[in-house]
Amino acid sequence: MEQDQILLKNVLEALHNVKDPEIDTISIVDLGMVEQIKVEGQSVLIKLLPTFMGCPALDIIQKNVEGELRKAGIFEKIEVQFIYHPPWTSDRVTETGRIKLKEFGIAPPPKFISETGEWHVDCPFCGSAYTTMDNLFGPTACRSILYCKSCKNPFEAMKPVSTMM
Amino acid sequence: MPIDAKIKPPLTSLLYQLADDDFILAYRGSEWLGLAPHIEEDVAFSSISQDTMGHAAMFYQLLADLGEGNVDSLAHARKTSERRNAVLLELVNGPGHYLSSAQYDWAFAVVRNYFYAQAKKIRMDSLKNSSYQPLAEVALKVNMELYYHLLHWKTWFIQLMQAGGEARTRMEAAIGRVLADFEGVLNLGPLAKEMAEHGLIDKEDVLKQRWLFIMKPVFESVKLAVSEADLAMKTGNGRIGEHTADLDDALSTLSEVYNINPAASW
Repeated sequence: MEQDQILLKNVLEALHNVKDPEIDTISIVDLGMVEQIKVEGQSVLIKLLPTFMGCPALDIIQKNVEGELRKAGIFEKIEVQFIYHPPWTSDRVTETGRIKLKEFGIAPPPKFISETGEWHVDCPFCGSAYTTMDNLFGPTACRSILYCKSCKNPFEAMKPVSTMM
Repeated sequence: MPIDAKIKPPLTSLLYQLADDDFILAYRGSEWLGLAPHIEEDVAFSSISQDTMGHAAMFYQLLADLGEGNVDSLAHARKTSERRNAVLLELVNGPGHYLSSAQYDWAFAVVRNYFYAQAKKIRMDSLKNSSYQPLAEVALKVNMELYYHLLHWKTWFIQLMQAGGEARTRMEAAIGRVLADFEGVLNLGPLAKEMAEHGLIDKEDVLKQRWLFIMKPVFESVKLAVSEADLAMKTGNGRIGEHTADLDDALSTLSEVYNINPAASW
């Protein structure tokens, strides 16, 4: 049992080294993509939740996960699976993840969506709430484009996605 | 997962419709890249098309899981007559060619995508309760992304309808064209009854009434009269394999690379 705990810890550490291919400050763990790690003897199975289904980074993420785990040199068989259930939601981003996103200049997903469906995002650069939405859609499926009227910077925010929608 | 032999025909029939609808409309959407009215729309529309292609991939995966073949061949290698998408979704964006002198019709794009996104939303809400659990799970995932698509197209629709002048005239013409074939989108094909009997999705007519019900206040808000009688299937029934030359052209273009080497990895 203790052996298993150590193994799991090693796997999680390795997964922390797998960053979002387009946001190199945040790991797939902090993005909330890792749903399950199953270790059985010499084999490991990682179940991941894609953020958005059409995301072209999925193949890269899969290869990077396999690469990191191979580097750890513990397993003979490494399997990565993408599953849709439970669906990834933006509240799966961890507290560390939210800080890392901000460091990259991307506002973390709003935690609270009001009844009207409106959401508010603070500028990741100056913290001002005086921001406007330029485009709900951004350079990747999971991001939107906003503008800060205080510090005059355009910025991106991770879209809120919830099963309540 | 083994499934009841009686469920398989209506289930695969439904999945082909869902997959083919999203696949071809995502392709038509991607043809707008670089041609949309402004750069923000270019970003938005390509994002929506990418999501939609992702949804098609999930539905093709469900078919693959049922032994219908692999995802790439389902998307690329099936002939026109085997496609089950609604004819409306395969029609060209407008005269001309993507690479030169494209005279694409933005009003048609807005109306087609808005009406479709709303119909898809109603379908996904129904599918969330599907008796086939893998489909219910995919519907939940699709729904979360669809939320943004619907918001986007509804905004365009209302703004252009309220703009008056040329915008209004062109929108009304586009609405006429879309409604003339929209019955084909709401249609669930020859196995519709079996789909409902097995609890895969709600009855065809229930879904249609829901669409009319939810569109009514929107139509009223922009002073547009639409009734059930306006819904038709003028160009053919894609659910039974009737299609136009537009689909032949689209398939030969989009499958060009696949056909050069079907074994290549994507």
